[in-house]
Amino acid sequence: MDRRVVEGSVGKFVMSTLLDFVEKIREKNGEWVSAVAEAHGEVTVTVPRDAVIDICEFLRDSQGFDMLADLCGADRGPEEDPRFEVNYHLFGTVHHKRLRLKVLLSDDDPSVESATTVWRTAEWHERETYDLLGIKFTGHPDLRRILLPSDFDGHALRKDYPLRGYEPYSMN
Amino acid sequence: MSVAVENIPGQYEVMDSALESQMTLSMGPQHPSTHGVLRLDLRLDGELVIKAIPDIGYLHTGMEKLFEYRKYQQGIVITDRMDYLNPLGNNLAYVMAAEKLLGLEIPERAQVIRVLMCELQRIASHMVWLGTSCLDMGAMTPFWFTFKEREKILNLIESASGGRMTPSYFRIGGLMMDLPAGFDNRVKQFLADFPDALKTFDTLVTGNTIWQSRTKNIGIISREDAISWGLTGPSLRGSGVDLDLRRDDPYSGYETYDFEVPTEPDGDVWSRFKVRMRELTESYKIVRQALERLKPGPIKADAPKVVLPDRDDMRKHMDSLIHHFLIVAEGFNVPEGEVYHAIEASKGELGVYMKSNGGPKPERVHFRGPSFVNLSALPVMAEGEMIADVVAVIGSLDIVLGEIDR
Repeated sequence: MDRRVVEGSVGKFVMSTLLDFVEKIREKNGEWVSAVAEAHGEVTVTVPRDAVIDICEFLRDSQGFDMLADLCGADRGPEEDPRFEVNYHLFGTVHHKRLRLKVLLSDDDPSVESATTVWRTAEWHERETYDLLGIKFTGHPDLRRILLPSDFDGHALRKDYPLRGYEPYSMN
Repeated sequence: MSVAVENIPGQYEVMDSALESQMTLSMGPQHPSTHGVLRLDLRLDGELVIKAIPDIGYLHTGMEKLFEYRKYQQGIVITDRMDYLNPLGNNLAYVMAAEKLLGLEIPERAQVIRVLMCELQRIASHMVWLGTSCLDMGAMTPFWFTFKEREKILNLIESASGGRMTPSYFRIGGLMMDLPAGFDNRVKQFLADFPDALKTFDTLVTGNTIWQSRTKNIGIISREDAISWGLTGPSLRGSGVDLDLRRDDPYSGYETYDFEVPTEPDGDVWSRFKVRMRELTESYKIVRQALERLKPGPIKADAPKVVLPDRDDMRKHMDSLIHHFLIVAEGFNVPEGEVYHAIEASKGELGVYMKSNGGPKPERVHFRGPSFVNLSALPVMAEGEMIADVVAVIGSLDIVLGEIDR
């Protein structure tokens, strides 16, 4: 196992393999890890919806994941339950490791707490996810549509939204 | 213009005096220095920017939706149209995500050609950045010189792929085709002339005192803010963060090349400018090393069910013909799973999140564009500056609206 001490702006910590980070989350709180998947050299941690912000703060402050590289949602299809997922792609600017957190959301209440308090970059990513998938981020300072016009009907990236839309959109 | 106050309709804000109250100015979407169709909502106090709110989406074409309705190999064409100054980088991020899901091994020659082409593309992209950001601030001459160099690179890309702005040169499993005969000599010719061009840019722009006073201490973003706002690429390195995915999260064999990662500590427009200028030299070094490594060999992975066979094989072998027919007509199935692959594009981290449900079409493709994220930090840099400096800040971020709006 590759373990060496890295000095950096984030502080001194032990560089470890990705699964060690999962163990760290488990040690901190046993209920924070619902499932772990390892594939293609990447680790996906499915976490409970209510705990995702606490986990993000924990990973940012003590595990060196100081950057949110990407946040994106996905629709598994209207017949699936849970239907939606939100993926947080975390990245450490010192140890250069990546970790994916996944939150599963049901069709009845597709909402999760906003990560803007942890990383400011989440602001636009969450607006985009809201715009295209209709996932709501509670506590977001400015949750408006970002790519589509404000009077657009529906959420275009949902699987039940037709490719060509419902009717020709006009700006009038 | 004197208008009696009672004659102004109610929905318009009545200003007592231009100096005592704020004014809202809509900059763009057709403003030439917004690099496309970006609109900025500027709240001004005189010339001072109190608040800057970017408004995007004018170029939204639903590409992420379109990916879900196209086969994996058809998606490459869509990526060309995102960051149209760096199409080969987009191709690379997309095909590498699919290759990760498929578990393909890419042969050495294809890897070297990918690096070679991507670095040429990075130089071309930086040329457009340099020319247009000077143009934004009123310097017209550098534009002609930078576009001359870019033209040479576009000619090279055209000779290899057939397309100038939309090459679609990289394929899942390798390349569309091998480089044309004499390509290395043409690149050598370009490399021989390029250091002189760099000197010209330094003389024209870097040493220019007007340029320096327009860029120094303008649009500052601190190291902590830059990380929190997710800045990547030259914009992040301009704030003193030593991060380059080519070195730190290497792909395509970048870890074997010898190059430096330039950083500047100040986080202003001048720092971001200097980082990009020094990157040109580093890209030049990588292109030279890649040329030396160009040895004959296969350019496609050994995966007949994924990679299109050569034309010659199809005339001789029945199974090649069958594979060709199946790949074109039905596509190839990609194993179930999800990946996130990030590359260092010319503007920063270009990440692709790809999810497959086992069929010939992806279930979800998401692009994490560097321009999108870098632009979201614009208010941090622009607020508190003069209105003319907002133009300088936009230029220093090197945004492409095609990729922001997707």
